[in-house]
Amino acid sequence: MNNLFRIRKSIDPKLYFKITLSSFIILIIIWQALCSFKIVNGIFLSSPFEVLKFLVNDITTGSIWENLYISCYRIFMGFLYAAVIGVPIGILVGSFNVFEAYIQPVMEFMRYLPVPAFIPLIMIWVGIGEGAKIAVIFLGTLFQLIPMVADDVRSVPEDYINAAYTLGAKRIGVLFKVMIPAMLPRMMDSLRMMMGWAWTYLVVAELVAANSGLGYTILKAQRYLKTPAIFSGILVIGLLGLIIDRSFGLISKRLFPWAEGGIK
Amino acid sequence: MMLFKKKQETITDDKAGNRLEARVSRSKIYGKGVTRIYKSKKHDILAIDNVDFEILDNEFVSIVGPSGCGKSTLIRMIGGLDDITSGSIILNDRILDGPGADRGMVFQTYTLFPWMTVEENIRFGLKIKKMPVKEADKIVDKYLELIGLTQFRKSLPNQLSGGMKQRVAIARSLANNPEVLLMDEPFGALDPQTKANMQLCLRQIWQVEKPTIIFITHDIEEAVFLSQRVYVMSSRPGRIIADIPVYLDHKRTLDIKDTPEFIRIRKNINTILHSGLDEDEL
Repeated sequence: MNNLFRIRKSIDPKLYFKITLSSFIILIIIWQALCSFKIVNGIFLSSPFEVLKFLVNDITTGSIWENLYISCYRIFMGFLYAAVIGVPIGILVGSFNVFEAYIQPVMEFMRYLPVPAFIPLIMIWVGIGEGAKIAVIFLGTLFQLIPMVADDVRSVPEDYINAAYTLGAKRIGVLFKVMIPAMLPRMMDSLRMMMGWAWTYLVVAELVAANSGLGYTILKAQRYLKTPAIFSGILVIGLLGLIIDRSFGLISKRLFPWAEGGIK
Repeated sequence: MMLFKKKQETITDDKAGNRLEARVSRSKIYGKGVTRIYKSKKHDILAIDNVDFEILDNEFVSIVGPSGCGKSTLIRMIGGLDDITSGSIILNDRILDGPGADRGMVFQTYTLFPWMTVEENIRFGLKIKKMPVKEADKIVDKYLELIGLTQFRKSLPNQLSGGMKQRVAIARSLANNPEVLLMDEPFGALDPQTKANMQLCLRQIWQVEKPTIIFITHDIEEAVFLSQRVYVMSSRPGRIIADIPVYLDHKRTLDIKDTPEFIRIRKNINTILHSGLDEDEL
């Protein structure tokens, strides 16, 4: 017992796994108990069994796939545009003081503008089609991504740069052969975090203005008081987020075996 | 007292007299009135004050001084990594401006590029020079052997110990065939055992390859063991206060640290160093 609660000391990995597992099991048991003993009204909280039943039904009838596909498409496109534009700008901001002076202050301001408030404006600009949802995700992630990538570039040790100079590299060489390769693992980490933001904004976009997608199914379920559908929608979004997050981690580990710390 | 000692060692000495004459013909790199002032809002800080130095071709010179004396700033200025406020540094009759492959540098921090193997790290400078691959291969092999890490050529830096990393860093700089090798406390982060081994390794490399080396350290013993000549710096402002020749056997082993001559030189530098310090630093 004494060994269990030592500050910052690891416990046995098997025990660690058991504790994690029990956490989920207890959560589900409490959840089920709340429903079985009618502590909470079924309209507010569906039992895990009901949610699972709904989810299985959704998967077998196939109605989930369409929504899943359209949501993933929106995320991917919004995220892609943000990355394609945000990463190069972030690298410039992090490398050159001139770009930092020009872009950073404006960016800091934009970061604090709430993207959901822009949705009406976005609808005026790009209509209510797919473009609108992609634009919400794009705007939501871009202004977070740029300062993060800039910080990733700044975190490259000064002496890597100095070493490159004394080995004969010029500025372009230092940037492309040293700074960018050195920052890649951290940038993957930033992109991974951006993915989390993208999921949030996806649901925001779909709740406000859509007639398809996972967020929309949740909204529709609410109108008909189909609580199990709401729960299964939330569950699917959570699981998908988790899968994507883990994939980023795995890809990073494969691509950057040299990185110490970083993504675990 | 201090000046007297300096005179005794460098100017009245016969050998030293010969050296001075030789320098005129074989000077590799020298600095004239090198000064560095750091501008800050309240008041400017004079880090390096009017420093003159001269290093001969194939010479191994150390610069010792207390921490904060500006020795790192000085070597970074030589490397072109820090601005020179006034004065100039001349390498092979050319006034230096900015960094270049002619001055390789080894740092105290580990600067091997972690995404490249040992071999790729050593090849980095050669690739920038656009040297033909076959020619580069030969050089890489030669330096891998010189530092005794041939079997680690495909390893990544995070698989190497601190001492190994610094050996690769030295090889990476030397492979580039620089005019001068600048070393900024390269063994400062190593444990005493590794440090001694590294000193031996570096001295042997120098005996074989004869690169011109400027070596920064705060460890007097290290400076005396490695070099042919030691510059002593004082702090605030950073000035060179003595130029001490080291007449010890060319082939050096760790035993030399116990010889009377070695101890005499070490003590002498120590005395000069302390006389150059303020009361509160002692």
